[in-house]
Amino acid sequence: MGVIERDPHTGHGTTGHEWNGIKELNTAVPWPIWAFLIATVIFSVVWWILMPAWPLGDTYTKGLLGADVRQNVATDLKSAEEKRSIWASRIEKEELSAIMSDSELMQDIRETGHALFGDNCAACHGARAEGGPGYPKLTDSAWLWGQTPDAIFETIRAGVNSGHPDSRFSQMPAWGRDQMLDRKAIIDVSAFVKSLSDANKGGNGSPEQLAAGQKIFVDNCASCHGSDAHGAHQTGAPDLTDNTWLYGGDAASIYESIYNGRQGHMPAWESRLSNADRKILMIYLLDLGQNSP
Amino acid sequence: MFQAHYKLERYSVGLVIAIIIAASIGGIVEIAPLFTIDQTVEEAPGMRVYTPLELAGRNIYVREGCYACHSQMIRTLRDEVERYGPYSLAVESQYDHPMLWGSKRTGPDLARIGGKYSDQWHVAHLENPRDVVPASIMPAYSFLARTQLRTDDLSMHLTALKKVGVPYTDSMIEKAVEDAYGQAAPFSALADGVVTRYGDATHIRAFDGDPGSVSEMDALVAYLQIIGRLTDAAHEQKSSGDAE
Repeated sequence: MGVIERDPHTGHGTTGHEWNGIKELNTAVPWPIWAFLIATVIFSVVWWILMPAWPLGDTYTKGLLGADVRQNVATDLKSAEEKRSIWASRIEKEELSAIMSDSELMQDIRETGHALFGDNCAACHGARAEGGPGYPKLTDSAWLWGQTPDAIFETIRAGVNSGHPDSRFSQMPAWGRDQMLDRKAIIDVSAFVKSLSDANKGGNGSPEQLAAGQKIFVDNCASCHGSDAHGAHQTGAPDLTDNTWLYGGDAASIYESIYNGRQGHMPAWESRLSNADRKILMIYLLDLGQNSP
Repeated sequence: MFQAHYKLERYSVGLVIAIIIAASIGGIVEIAPLFTIDQTVEEAPGMRVYTPLELAGRNIYVREGCYACHSQMIRTLRDEVERYGPYSLAVESQYDHPMLWGSKRTGPDLARIGGKYSDQWHVAHLENPRDVVPASIMPAYSFLARTQLRTDDLSMHLTALKKVGVPYTDSMIEKAVEDAYGQAAPFSALADGVVTRYGDATHIRAFDGDPGSVSEMDALVAYLQIIGRLTDAAHEQKSSGDAE
């Protein structure tokens, strides 16, 4: 150790070095800093012993508390499941009419269903199930694949054009692009289709055009949409006589749908959502439809 | 004890050795676990690799900085598992160089986005997010659909990844450009090669709805639809955890 030299002004020791006539104070590190450092070191040693800490090749020290985040999350999920099962088990067992007339149970379903819908369905169908271009509104009565609880549940489970083995399959052919109908024929049948939902039944077409369009419709479209154009739940073909239009009901949109065809896609939820969750969503939608204006 | 460094500071060789020892401790703590990474990462024997188109999409994801707002890491927390699906496993990002776990969620986590929504939805959403999610603050990426995908460098990307351990075969590297076109053109002869090299489960679709060309939209949607689906290890872990 060098000679301790004291600074005459402050009384602190100096480093003992001199740089161009300047000397530097050697002020001691304040004790709170030492205390803090020592406390953190002691804490870390305790933590190493209590918690998983040191890697040992293909394993690690498990710690006395046996903490394991993967186990924690499994336990958390299980306890949440148990808490929920008080009412969720009733959903799996009881009749739909009994469930829907139980206002307390329906409150639980509305809350859980709202969260499930928001996480999974709202991206396409909208936060209030109002739908959008290409994505059906779920609160009206125009259901492509049927409005029965079983039909809705099956659509959620297997999806539409989803690649799931039981998927519903539906395709509107591209009549124009694939050259099955020429431009004039598509314009005629568009006018006819538009006239079906028109209040005054006249549409914008002349009687001759509508007659030509009707003939094309019967020859080409009726096999899926039905001779009365009311659609069919087996093929997912929409009703063309109502005012619900998935891809737009103006002349240009109808022309586009016929020319380029349509093939909607709804993912299958069987592998993503549990049976109970899918049933909650189904009841949530039924309830939403009943309570919508 | 507090005075010991006065002594050490007076011997330059001793000081150098002490600095090396102190710095090594930090290094060892960070590096040593990597020596046993093969034993600590879960097994996923059937795990597939990114196809050239998906890889190109991944590069676009990196280029556009998607990771700045979207994480790809579901943590072991109940609310995350309930919202997004099984928590992420290390093995799921074993072919990710660099990994895109991210650390910030302005938008939702994307680790289980693959297959959750349709291609059409992804295209509509990237064109203008407000069209499908009115409250979204995500920027629009409509230029992706107008931009032809650059494919001439795909073989080099595959080669680089092979050097860091991704099991691309020589024929995958050689046919990278053809496979990128084939995956987005289901009715072309090139599509068969993609199935041969990358397996039956590979998505072969016109992701952007236009089978005639391969746009950056094709690549990004192809990537989004494969995120979390290279292996089922996380789902198996979940079901085996349920059985316990």
